[in-house]
Amino acid sequence: MTSVNKLSYAVLDIDAAAEAEKICAGLREALRTRLHRRGFVVALSGGVDSSVTAALCVQAVGKERVHGLLLPERDSSGSSLELGRTLAEQLGIAYHVQDIAPTLDAIGCYQWRDEAIRRVFPEYQANWKSKIALAGGNEGRLNYFNLVVQSPQGEIKQARLGLNEYLQIVAATSYKQRIRKTVEYFHADRLNYAVAGTPNRLEYDQGFFVKNGDGSADIKPIAHLYKTQVYALARHFGLPERICAAMPTTDTYSMAQGQDEFYFVLPYREMDLSLWAYNHNIPAAQLAESLGLSVERAQFIYQDIEKKRRTTAYLHTSALLVEDVALGASA
Amino acid sequence: MMEAKHIEQQLRGYILENLLFTKDQSVLKNETSLLESGVVDSTGILEVIMFLENHFGIKVEDEEMIPENLDSINSIVSYVQRKRAA
Repeated sequence: MTSVNKLSYAVLDIDAAAEAEKICAGLREALRTRLHRRGFVVALSGGVDSSVTAALCVQAVGKERVHGLLLPERDSSGSSLELGRTLAEQLGIAYHVQDIAPTLDAIGCYQWRDEAIRRVFPEYQANWKSKIALAGGNEGRLNYFNLVVQSPQGEIKQARLGLNEYLQIVAATSYKQRIRKTVEYFHADRLNYAVAGTPNRLEYDQGFFVKNGDGSADIKPIAHLYKTQVYALARHFGLPERICAAMPTTDTYSMAQGQDEFYFVLPYREMDLSLWAYNHNIPAAQLAESLGLSVERAQFIYQDIEKKRRTTAYLHTSALLVEDVALGASA
Repeated sequence: MMEAKHIEQQLRGYILENLLFTKDQSVLKNETSLLESGVVDSTGILEVIMFLENHFGIKVEDEEMIPENLDSINSIVSYVQRKRAA
């Protein structure tokens, strides 16, 4: 594959029908031989990844064996719930809507987050909005995070986050993904189903998930697909246009936040091509030409891919043991 | 100006004790890239910055968050000296 002279987005083209059938065969095989469960639970965010995952599960085992979950909270966009519901109804699957805000409130998610925010902006109130934005890396500086807050009057303030506030805000907001996963496993156990996780390849490879939150699942059917390819499957399945055309967001903070603002250094299409090129040993100069960037910038993108893999490697590991524990034939 | 040796000892002590969990001075060379060697990641850099700000009474500005200032014991020592002299 390294022989391509001109790197183009065509390298990401897939035969969507064949790919879907391959994944469905894998899903059925996993249920039969490894998971010993009778269907799938999928949490639907209204985004393209969870929508395609649900559609694949339906094709694999039938709509009667797929259960959707819509799990909004206080900072979710209203359209997430609406799109998730539209998708569930189009697929014809059973689903539950559970507002997890009261649970998050009871466990202290919002209070811990807001307390850390107020250490940076004492004037911040519950009716303000907030988000975290990645900074520095694009200007050749070390990566760091800015906290951005917005008053009800629309005034926006921004400041670099110190260590303790950064850690506390991320830990508090990670409650959202972890509580969602707890609800998913409740329904999976209740129905004797497996939990289908929804990361795409960019998220899986670059560690863009919460450990024991959205990173947890019994099977991750689209983890090998670049985001561009997930969109291709969405169109193959005829999913609602608003899902096929939506830009990826985190839907975790109350201010609008694109994934490329929070984590990735490029919009997803360029990020897909960059990761593909990196995985196929394409020289940075060739990537630079395709993206219309300087060679230095393309080299930085490669370095960032390596750095994110390195720093998130632990998210993929299960609990470490100091000494091996033999578990017999299944170990 | 605070002596380079003093800054280096304080910094080494902090990194060895809090980030590397060892007293073995040989595991960390002054010229080693902290990021590339995996001694610190993006969170670790924030820890180092918090230590510098609290311990040496400096404020690390956004535009100073570059590897040339913060990526090795040697570069941090020079950076802290420049900041304290300013």
